[in-house]
Amino acid sequence: MQLKNLPRFTFKKGIHPPECKSFSEHQAIEVLPTPDIVRIPLLQHIGAPSKVSIKPRAEVAVGDKIADSGGFISAPVHASVSGKTAREGVITLPNGRRVTTVPIKASEEQPLEGDTLKEAFLGGDWSINLDEIDPTSLSTACSEAGIVGMGGAAFPTHVKLMRNEERPVTDLLINGCECEPFLTADHRLMLESPASILAGAKLAAHATGAENITICIEENKMDAVQALADAIGDENIQIKVMLSKYPQGGEKSLVMAALGKAVPTGGLPLDVGVVVMNVGTASSLARMVLRQMPLTHRIVTVTGAGIENPKNLIVPIGTPFQTVIDYCGGIKDNVSRIIAGGPMMGFSVTDLEIPVTKGTSGITVLTHDDIKQANTTACVRCGMCVDTCPLDLVPTKLALAARHKSIDTLKQYSVDACMECGCCAYQCPANIPLVQLIRTGKILKKMSNN
Amino acid sequence: MNVSVASSPHFSNMKQGTRQMMVDVILALIPTIAVSVWIFGWYSILHIGICVLTCSLTELVWKKLAGMPASVSDASGPLTGVILALSLPWSAPIYVSVLGSIFAIAIGKMIFGGLGMNLFNPAMVGRAFVMLSFAGALGASAYVYDGAPADALTQATPLTVARDVATAQEFPGLWPLLIGKTNGSLGETSSLAILLGGIFLCVRRTAAWQIPTGVVLGAVIPAAFFELLGFTAITAFDHLFAGSLLFGAFFIATDPVSSPITPKGKWIFGVGIGILIMILRTFSSYPEGVMFAVLLMNSVVPLLNRWTIPTPVGGSFPEKPNA
Repeated sequence: MQLKNLPRFTFKKGIHPPECKSFSEHQAIEVLPTPDIVRIPLLQHIGAPSKVSIKPRAEVAVGDKIADSGGFISAPVHASVSGKTAREGVITLPNGRRVTTVPIKASEEQPLEGDTLKEAFLGGDWSINLDEIDPTSLSTACSEAGIVGMGGAAFPTHVKLMRNEERPVTDLLINGCECEPFLTADHRLMLESPASILAGAKLAAHATGAENITICIEENKMDAVQALADAIGDENIQIKVMLSKYPQGGEKSLVMAALGKAVPTGGLPLDVGVVVMNVGTASSLARMVLRQMPLTHRIVTVTGAGIENPKNLIVPIGTPFQTVIDYCGGIKDNVSRIIAGGPMMGFSVTDLEIPVTKGTSGITVLTHDDIKQANTTACVRCGMCVDTCPLDLVPTKLALAARHKSIDTLKQYSVDACMECGCCAYQCPANIPLVQLIRTGKILKKMSNN
Repeated sequence: MNVSVASSPHFSNMKQGTRQMMVDVILALIPTIAVSVWIFGWYSILHIGICVLTCSLTELVWKKLAGMPASVSDASGPLTGVILALSLPWSAPIYVSVLGSIFAIAIGKMIFGGLGMNLFNPAMVGRAFVMLSFAGALGASAYVYDGAPADALTQATPLTVARDVATAQEFPGLWPLLIGKTNGSLGETSSLAILLGGIFLCVRRTAAWQIPTGVVLGAVIPAAFFELLGFTAITAFDHLFAGSLLFGAFFIATDPVSSPITPKGKWIFGVGIGILIMILRTFSSYPEGVMFAVLLMNSVVPLLNRWTIPTPVGGSFPEKPNA
């Protein structure tokens, strides 16, 4: 395939932040040595918290279920190491939610670690025979395996995979854009295990009944495009190369860019017959079916100018940030901010005891040089926020309305449509914390409805 | 370990800043100022100096009295001074520059609450004040000075010439209008210098390209009609390059604070200014209409913003009934 001549797809507006991928994009995926203790939160996804299903001080093996799904939009949780559980604790996740955790003290004997884990996670044979698999069983199996979206939002995957006759799915988009600056976990996965992604994509299409599978990758990862193109061979899977632009990997932007369809405000891609799945999620799906592995580990990019040795690591869910950071040589002195996720949509953290969750795509350590040091000035109404907003909102009006607690204006300017991608605040010359104010506005509007 | 916490995004465009925007405009004005000095000599430097100084001082004093941090470091006050100076005739008395600057900053900007709050373009507010108050000192005759050392200063301004069919053949050709070898306000003579700086501003996205494009389209199309109908003695093309149309389009109308925020609003704003300029030039008693056109359109900006709220991608958010 002539990759250079492939057309480029994109959406309207958006921004071009510095990519900063060079810290970790050439670091092959490594396995983090089994930590002494993991603390597994019972709410790692969007939806209802999971319910503990084991007794305290129980012996568990890696992959054992420790908590059941707490509702339809929820997911169970599995032990990520073998060991003994301790008394439940409480921890504040990066997004500010206080959740119960199940700590597991790792035992000496670990059946799944080191090279064994890496081989099971990335290597081996990923060929599947779809005829042997009942498409309706996949959603249930997915729900049992605790698989949620690995791109960051952690939406339970079984909901996406459920066949719905009223809303047939035509297109499956496999999202390998990874438009967040710094993060390279998806990039490395595409390079090192393209076959697992393809297997997962085929399974997801099988489950949803999607006719077309399209893998979407930004043009700053042409090596990943090549790896996937080689793995696809002559199979009926399409690759679309996207312009490197933020937020290309956002569901709404991606559906618009790849298929020219607008996801209705307040709706899901399903409403226009599309399912979007992150490459990491597809890979987990394949691991579930072919390796009988529930979601117990994920790939985390540890990166930024503030980290000694940036790496891409396979990390057991529940591992404290501190353990991961220590393995990467620790933090430099000029650290300014530690972020769970990437710099555009990630959450800043201060407590390094917080655990890696299913949605933690990276740990980004920024230095003083990375953070703009400037005072907020008055809004000069330049309209740069309007010119960058991929959803065609008027961020400065929303921010002003939030400041003035004007609920009517918030409604008039569709505050709930905002996906908080951060383009407006990135570009704002007056340094106004637009996203923060818009979040406040959403809460104000919600409170006023009660 | 000393880390900070903030709401996302944690990345910002380091090259952007309110001050940088203002500095951009001042940079873009350098060719215009250079031509101005070439044509009008020390008058140009004198007026720019006085206006910048008075504008900055007025802002500092006001902020001090109002208990705000006294600083003009955002460069918006000095910029108002530069624009005001460039819109005055070379012969304007010094007290006109001083009073215009004080009025521009005090009434045009600070009384509304300072940067970002004003409804009208401050420089145009100041200019309107002195133009109406000191009409005698600033009328058409103020531009002409028979004994002036430079050629340009002995001629009437191109648009004044064009108003009368009897003198219309004295209208300068395209070349003098481009390089600026004509009479006029300090900053309006050279279309080439203005285009140079204006395009720089649009490329830098400091100025919204929709506004100057709108002004030009909004002026040229009616001008062509007026020419056909015989209302004006010069061509639409002449109208475009004569007077302060381009200066207004690129440097005055594009003031972000007093122009609309939505792309559609910017189009309407620009086209509206263009049409008003041509109506004023053709039917009013003034040879030039940029200042009043900008001020009139400024006054409808809040309405334009409200009328042109963009529909979000995917439609408006469905409000749940009974929610």
